[in-house]
Amino acid sequence: MTSPNDTSPGAYPNGSDAFPHHNLLGIAGLQPWEIEYLLDEAQQWVDLNRQSSKHDDRLAGLTVINAFFENSTRTLLSFEIAGKRLGADVVNMHAAQSSIKKGETLIDTAVTLNAMRADAIVIRHGSSGAVQLIADKVDCPVLNAGDGSHEHPTQALLDALTIRRRRGNISGQTITICGDILHSRVARSNIICLRTLGAIVRVVGPPSLLPPAIKEMGVEVYTDFDAALNGCDVVMMLRLQNERMQGQYIPSPGEYHYLYGLTEERLAKAGDGILVMHPGPMNRGVEIVSSIADDAERSTITEQVEMGVAMRMACLDILTRRSRGVEGWT
Amino acid sequence: MSIAVTNGQLILPDQDAPVSGGIASDGDVICAIGEVPAQDNTIDAKGALVAPGIVDLGVFAIDKPAFHFGGITRAALMPDQSPPLDYPARVRFAAYSGKPDLWVHPLGAATVNLDSHEMAEIALMQEAGAKAIATGRNWIADSGMMRRLMQYCAALDLALIIHSEDGGLTGNAVATDGEMATRLGLSSAPSEAEAIAIARDIELARMTGAKVHFRQVTTAAALDLIRKAKSGGLHITCGITPAHLFLSDLAMGNFRTFAHLSPPLRSEGDRQACLAAAADGTIDVISSGHDPRGPEDKRLPFADAAPGMAGAESLLALSLGLVRDGHISINRLFDLLARNPARILGVPAGALAKGMDADFIIFDADAPWQISSDKMRANAGNTPFDGMPVQGKVSAVYKGAKAVWL
Repeated sequence: MTSPNDTSPGAYPNGSDAFPHHNLLGIAGLQPWEIEYLLDEAQQWVDLNRQSSKHDDRLAGLTVINAFFENSTRTLLSFEIAGKRLGADVVNMHAAQSSIKKGETLIDTAVTLNAMRADAIVIRHGSSGAVQLIADKVDCPVLNAGDGSHEHPTQALLDALTIRRRRGNISGQTITICGDILHSRVARSNIICLRTLGAIVRVVGPPSLLPPAIKEMGVEVYTDFDAALNGCDVVMMLRLQNERMQGQYIPSPGEYHYLYGLTEERLAKAGDGILVMHPGPMNRGVEIVSSIADDAERSTITEQVEMGVAMRMACLDILTRRSRGVEGWT
Repeated sequence: MSIAVTNGQLILPDQDAPVSGGIASDGDVICAIGEVPAQDNTIDAKGALVAPGIVDLGVFAIDKPAFHFGGITRAALMPDQSPPLDYPARVRFAAYSGKPDLWVHPLGAATVNLDSHEMAEIALMQEAGAKAIATGRNWIADSGMMRRLMQYCAALDLALIIHSEDGGLTGNAVATDGEMATRLGLSSAPSEAEAIAIARDIELARMTGAKVHFRQVTTAAALDLIRKAKSGGLHITCGITPAHLFLSDLAMGNFRTFAHLSPPLRSEGDRQACLAAAADGTIDVISSGHDPRGPEDKRLPFADAAPGMAGAESLLALSLGLVRDGHISINRLFDLLARNPARILGVPAGALAKGMDADFIIFDADAPWQISSDKMRANAGNTPFDGMPVQGKVSAVYKGAKAVWL
């Protein structure tokens, strides 16, 4: 296993200069080499996670709090496993069980978590900007596990890691993101991440579910799924986020499937070798058919989950290096 | 008690520039302008500017220290109170709430509970002291209801003050469509929501002959509609706050909730159109929209935070920026800050002229200070202009010839 300072020289600066941030609140603002550094660091954890003994104790004695104000299964589990594999004491706080229901404000909750002397806090919240608000009030590093429709940085990083492992490179790839872009933090983080790493990004979806100024984020905008698929290397399918919709955005799931469902016919027409990704959870038969989703050659859906744990281990490791006094990270 | 001010630079109505002179009152009413004889109660302005007290059209809270610091002598209170000003007794109570040193002119709620379904008792509220009727922050979707409200207000010679955003388009939006809202992942609405709402109400005003005041007009398209309607002779006026004149949606960066306003901040193009409309006379009123909100309302995720800013203290200093940047003259500024709002409310104030109430301020248009959230006189320091250096400081405020702030 490589130590933090063993990374190949020249690719990025030494020590903490490789990732000089206290928190991971979003992909926006990260330099390309900082993203590359996170991806490179995750590689070792992919290897570890494939061994029978998956344990490292570098975070032994540290407390990681997963504060989830919005429901989650896979992201919460992924962060919990990541923390535990690194030896940290991981505590999960679900909003449903917390004082939020008793009327406590978000700031008071943040101050409370801080007083418990966590060494890292992972936060998911349903409101854009909420994680930054908490990060401003606590001393330890904060990792954004999704805030409203704003960002979900670890998802974008694990997606980038998946693409890089499958394709060797991200730069020059054409990647189509399809679905409910308007409400998607995954789409926003991925657009910024993939563009920063040199990919061409297309977004496609019903016009009612495309953000008004999405073009300003440097993407090609489509409403015709076939046109958006044509000539692309990777397609990311997103779920309809009905829970964030106020009012009607599409007539029916059936019509959505007709226009934007990833079917065998559609994929065949677009060409061979398109890699299919989905951050989950999937709605089978709506945005993706099972035969594609379950084909591990073409689709990376379970691989993304695997990369997620490794990516989050890398993030927890890197962000706690200062407090752990790792050489070069003071 | 009568008063005389001598040796001032008077900002008089219908003049191009301040003129040297003094003013005198007989009791609490101005009786002489220009050369005034000294009397027992004479103030030497020492060459400072003397202007009418500011009439702040459309505030959400009565906040005397902030109003007096800002040179505001009358404030028209929005009906969006808890409970709303939709009942004569509440209006009467609000009308007395600031006297004697600040006059509050309540704006009666157009509909009961401001919920747009049932007309409030407009004539009885007028009798109780309401100087105009307002729709609050809500949009009245029912055009038939809006027409009847305008007919009623026209018959009672009351202005109807409207907040113009098409509710179907705005929904739960907290920002204007644009790159900023898209990057921040905030729900947003097209700026056209304003012009669409205003287009309907201009036609209703044409039908009913009502006096209509659009409290905040913030987009190029809506200002064009108003410009055209005014040239067609309709009794239409419109206002704005300094936030929409000096900030664009970029101010929402980092999810700064102090920049969460209603209507939301607009694009730079719209902001430039607002400056042009202030210069060409389309905009009639600049008000503070004063709405002090503490951390319990503002230290929240952007979308969950209450909209609004504490604007009373900085209203004059920020507005003087329009004069300094050459958009308007200082005399025209006081039309926007005092004379026009007083006319809309139908109160004898807002200008240094014989027969008007002796509400005036003495100020230095160049005195520098810094807007600072944690040093405000207001109930709360929620200003998107935090940290901004400004010029223009009031040194004395007189309401009805009595010194209320020195």
